[in-house]
Amino acid sequence: MDETSSFLPLIAAMPFIGALLPGLMIRAGRNVSALSAGFATLLALIMLILEAPAVMRGEVIRADIDWMPLLGLNVSFFLDGLGLLFALMILGIGLLIILYARFYLSKSDPMGQFYTYLLLFQGAMLGIVLSNNVLLLLIFWELTSLSSFLLIGYWKHLPEGRQGARMALAVTGMGGLAMIGGMLILGDIAGSYDLTVILAHGEAIKSSPMYMPALILILLGAFTKSAQFPFHFWLPHAMAAPTPVSAYLHSATMVKAGIFLMARLWPALAGTDAWFYIVGTTGLVTMLVGASIALFKDDLKALLAYSTVSHLGLITMLLGFGTKAAAVAAIFHIINHVTFKAALFMTAGIVDHSAHTRDIKRLGGLAAFMPITAVIATISALSMAGIPFLNGFLSKEMMLEEAAHTVWLGNHWVVPALATFGALLSVAYSLRFIAHVFLGPKRDDYPAKPHDPEFGLWAAPALLATLVVLIGIFPQAIAAPLVALTSGAVIGGEVSYLHLKLWHGVTPALYMSIIAVGGGAMLLWQHKLLERIWLATPRPEAKRLFDLFVDGLVTVTRSISEVLHNGAISRYLAVFVLTTVSLGTIAFLGGAHGAGGRELLSIPAPAFAAWGLLVVAAISVVTVHRRRFLALVLIGVIGLTVSLGFVYLSAPDLAMTQISVEIVTIMLMLLALNFLPKETPKESSVLRRSRDAIIAIASGGAIAALSYAFMTRDFSTISTFHLDNSYTGGGGKNVVNVILVDFRGFDTFGEIIVLGIAALTIYALMEALLSGPASRKLTTWVFDQPKSRDRHPLMMVVVTRALMPIAIMVGVFVFLRGHNDPGGGFIAGLIIAIALLMQYMASGFVWAQERQRMEYHTMIGLGVLIAGFTGIGSWFAGKPFLTSAFGYVTLPPLEKFELATAALFDLGVFLTVVGAVMLALYSLSRIARRAGETVNVEAMDYDPSEVQSTSEDT
Amino acid sequence: MEMLVASAIGVLTAAGIYLILRLRAFPVILGTAMLSYAVNVFLFSTGRLAVNAPPILTKTAESYTDPLPQALVLTAIVISFGMTAVVVMIALGAYLETGTDKIDIATDEEGDAA
Repeated sequence: MDETSSFLPLIAAMPFIGALLPGLMIRAGRNVSALSAGFATLLALIMLILEAPAVMRGEVIRADIDWMPLLGLNVSFFLDGLGLLFALMILGIGLLIILYARFYLSKSDPMGQFYTYLLLFQGAMLGIVLSNNVLLLLIFWELTSLSSFLLIGYWKHLPEGRQGARMALAVTGMGGLAMIGGMLILGDIAGSYDLTVILAHGEAIKSSPMYMPALILILLGAFTKSAQFPFHFWLPHAMAAPTPVSAYLHSATMVKAGIFLMARLWPALAGTDAWFYIVGTTGLVTMLVGASIALFKDDLKALLAYSTVSHLGLITMLLGFGTKAAAVAAIFHIINHVTFKAALFMTAGIVDHSAHTRDIKRLGGLAAFMPITAVIATISALSMAGIPFLNGFLSKEMMLEEAAHTVWLGNHWVVPALATFGALLSVAYSLRFIAHVFLGPKRDDYPAKPHDPEFGLWAAPALLATLVVLIGIFPQAIAAPLVALTSGAVIGGEVSYLHLKLWHGVTPALYMSIIAVGGGAMLLWQHKLLERIWLATPRPEAKRLFDLFVDGLVTVTRSISEVLHNGAISRYLAVFVLTTVSLGTIAFLGGAHGAGGRELLSIPAPAFAAWGLLVVAAISVVTVHRRRFLALVLIGVIGLTVSLGFVYLSAPDLAMTQISVEIVTIMLMLLALNFLPKETPKESSVLRRSRDAIIAIASGGAIAALSYAFMTRDFSTISTFHLDNSYTGGGGKNVVNVILVDFRGFDTFGEIIVLGIAALTIYALMEALLSGPASRKLTTWVFDQPKSRDRHPLMMVVVTRALMPIAIMVGVFVFLRGHNDPGGGFIAGLIIAIALLMQYMASGFVWAQERQRMEYHTMIGLGVLIAGFTGIGSWFAGKPFLTSAFGYVTLPPLEKFELATAALFDLGVFLTVVGAVMLALYSLSRIARRAGETVNVEAMDYDPSEVQSTSEDT
Repeated sequence: MEMLVASAIGVLTAAGIYLILRLRAFPVILGTAMLSYAVNVFLFSTGRLAVNAPPILTKTAESYTDPLPQALVLTAIVISFGMTAVVVMIALGAYLETGTDKIDIATDEEGDAA
């Protein structure tokens, strides 16, 4: 029965691929943009129709792609009757909307953006109805919320649009979150996130103790999406969207997503009392509330919005009844509602477009001016009212028939009576749509002279109105196969007894229908009186309540976060350190401890001297930290002592790295200190300083004890592997370097990327700074320290220029020997950076910049690319990323030497390090330049005799 | 020797933490620099201490010290430069834009910072 098809993923992907087109094609004109959107949709529709015959035969088409199997998340699609119906609606109406929007949007609206959003939304909807994995479905579900947010807020200049979009996102997003919980519970009960498996476990789900929580959570998602009471309020506010959006999202597709979900999960969830009372009652209440508000709305789109709420309630109620016949009626009404409501929205848009108002109070008598529109609107509205020979009549009869024998809490008449009343209200507002807009006397005070629009605008609604009539007259021929198929998919079985026909005989439904039409006409007749009563009755305003709720929530969360995060970073740090030390202490006190058994090293006198230097320097930094230059010098002392320690303790690579990093760090800090206060003021009290000292000493003591405990114990290490394989496997004798470029090359690759990002961040910060308000401050900067008049001392210039080639040679040497002796890309990069920095310092920024051949950005990028491609290269040898290869080459005049891909990787590291270090310092010196250091720009352009004479003058 | 290294780590940590609890950006940056020393040496020391046993393969060496912590610390030193540079730039930017290098955002209740 199942058939695997390769079309399905393509159908689902088509709108997303297509979404790229209109935004790009808009440069070629609005028609091309619209055509490209339509083309993508049409292609998907054709593929869908190619699949349709198999589905009509009762097959279920599936397509599975493994994605994250460990999480149970697979890209898994299936197409059955229900999916087919919704996919047809989404793509079919989508195509009509694309046509309609082409003529609806004005020249000033960014059309490429519109179609891109629309296709994104279309893709998300299509994903929902085709997903076979509930996790995948949830992703698409959230995507519809996001893309509809973009569409509702499309007219960014309208505050109503922005607020409506936000409200829709808040309400449906909240429901979506609830639904994630519900779906996870369902998956947990069924033991799989596959929708087909979940549907097959209906009995297990309904008898599970987790059924109620799952049901409520999922229904929260469905009700918010489908605007069911009490979440109905967002839909009318979403009408601030352009009319094509309203017609697409709010009649045909998005609001039907909740309905779809209830239908989809019908076999798994429906049939219980809880389902009946929650879903059935909510639907009934929504139908009545929506219909009564719709009757008194003057805005055409608001009227239609509330009527949509009401009809969605009707469908929900039918699904809630839980009987198979009701489910069939629900499906049939989904089809009918799409046809007449989308047509009605489009005609409302046409009226707005040509009369420049949607206010019913300012309209009337339009039939004479726009006959085509009037005919389309009348047919569609009569169908909405449920008048015979139109499709709305058929499904309304079926609804009334089902309502007629539904018992609610033992009461036989309440559901039939209320359903009839709902139908009656529906007749009233539908007739009002016709009578107060198109009928009545002609007026001469329309904001603009109404007229029928061009063909492109009325073609789509006309097609839909034709469908309304055709289904109404020949239901069995046109709609029955699809309804039967879809309902079969919903209720999980054949629908053999389906006969859609006009005349059912004299049934209770017929009487109810007659009452509804008669009563509806009466209501319209007395509309003025009723409206006065309605306006006099106090009603809660949903938007105000929503805003109050959101404001309250913001106030509460803000007050909480302001207490926790008051902006005092010093407090966070103190709390953080204290907590860490306390946790460590608790852990320490909780266990037994003995002394370590490892043999200790002796202490030679120089080591003791170095230790003394370090401790004195560290304590001095703390005591003199207010004098910033002095503290910086002391920091340098500490860094040098640490590198000495590395030398002594068998870590030559670390020593070289530490010492070169030390140099660039101090230079960086000096550059920054140029613009910072040179002294730190005394601000904290003695009490606070003592507190900090206690925290500091406690944590220092703890760390010292911890590291002593470490060092005095023997340990097992994985490094034996590295030592054993470094030469034979990595081709290098410097094990640290081989670990960096080979064993753990992937880490190093990540690290140079981080370094590059850090440098680019610094560059971006500098750019932002120089284009912001700080820039003005800098140009009028007054340095608080006397500057040397000779910025480029002759001796220094000469020496550094002579040193440059030597320094570079050292760098290259350190790079080349790195694989077998201390050195390598990191250290070589730092050395070259220092060599370049010397030139900047001695000869000046401009001089050095003029001689720079390659941008530092490029260098960073090139370095990362070289490292990356070296890694990728090993794929061609069929090995994993970054497997290194090496060999020994003999060229006649030279000794035998080694060539290793690791050296290429190290070259990438080298370039990135040079680029990153230079970019960071370059950015800081750009700031210095902005501060207007204009004394002798060029090196050696300084004549001391001139200074002599000027100083004599003054 | 172990005692010296451990106490040095402790002193560096204490000094670093005292400095990061100060109220101005510059001492905090100095504090993070001190903390980076402490952390780097600490990581290095987890490979235990050894004299005259660099992890450079030779035919004559009797033993080698653990190379893995060294490799980790080497990149850590370079990355800490990147981190310091970013923090310095942020501090400088904040000072130039706001005219103060205080790290705490001023609130009404300044009791703690008085």
